[in-house]
Amino acid sequence: MKLVYFAWVRQQVGVSQETVTPPDAVQTVGDLMSWLAGRGEGHARAFADRSRIRAAVNQVHAGPTARVAAGDEVAFFPPVTGG
Amino acid sequence: MIRIAVGEADFDAGAEVRRLQAAAGDAGAIASFIGVVRPQSGGEALLSMTLEHYPGMTERALEEIAQAACSRFALSAVTIVHRVGRLVPGAQIVFAGAASGHRQAAFEGVQFLMDYLKTQAPFWKLEERVSGDHWVEARSSDDEAAARWERR
Repeated sequence: MKLVYFAWVRQQVGVSQETVTPPDAVQTVGDLMSWLAGRGEGHARAFADRSRIRAAVNQVHAGPTARVAAGDEVAFFPPVTGG
Repeated sequence: MIRIAVGEADFDAGAEVRRLQAAAGDAGAIASFIGVVRPQSGGEALLSMTLEHYPGMTERALEEIAQAACSRFALSAVTIVHRVGRLVPGAQIVFAGAASGHRQAAFEGVQFLMDYLKTQAPFWKLEERVSGDHWVEARSSDDEAAARWERR
């Protein structure tokens, strides 16, 4: 599974992307966030307040209950601020 | 016809309007919006604004927003140009344009494009101010602006 991070989420995690193999118990975006929060100090900081994080699965906006699977590209970022 | 462009280069708004008119054929109305970097933010001078985006998803999201505007307002042509990278105050950030048979659809089309762009397209702004760097926070008023189109 490919993970990509943007804006302050990227800064706190410390990398713009990484490839991970989460355990089978990780079925949803929310599960993935909980698992990632335990991966290190930067990840813990980035995912400390999940209400501030948005996600996309395979480049489509996705909520915390959206399913994730091996081979997916999952992105985490703050609410968008374009325009 | 839909034109989407995302990149660091500046744009020529006049050329974009002419292109929109040419693409629209016999449209009677063309409306456009240009977003510009403000000189101040948070009560202090803004030195620059750096726009980050999600390559691939950005283009896809803008295309979807443009398609939705076309079918909802019977637009014959839509253009969205969005810049990324480091921009200084006064620099153009975004161009949104819509062509239609009549002015109301063109005006509303552009508003719809901007309201959805602000809440759906994966862009983030980092402000470089005198006091330091600040990520721009999403505003609930932007969510409300987009939500009002759902209620209509």
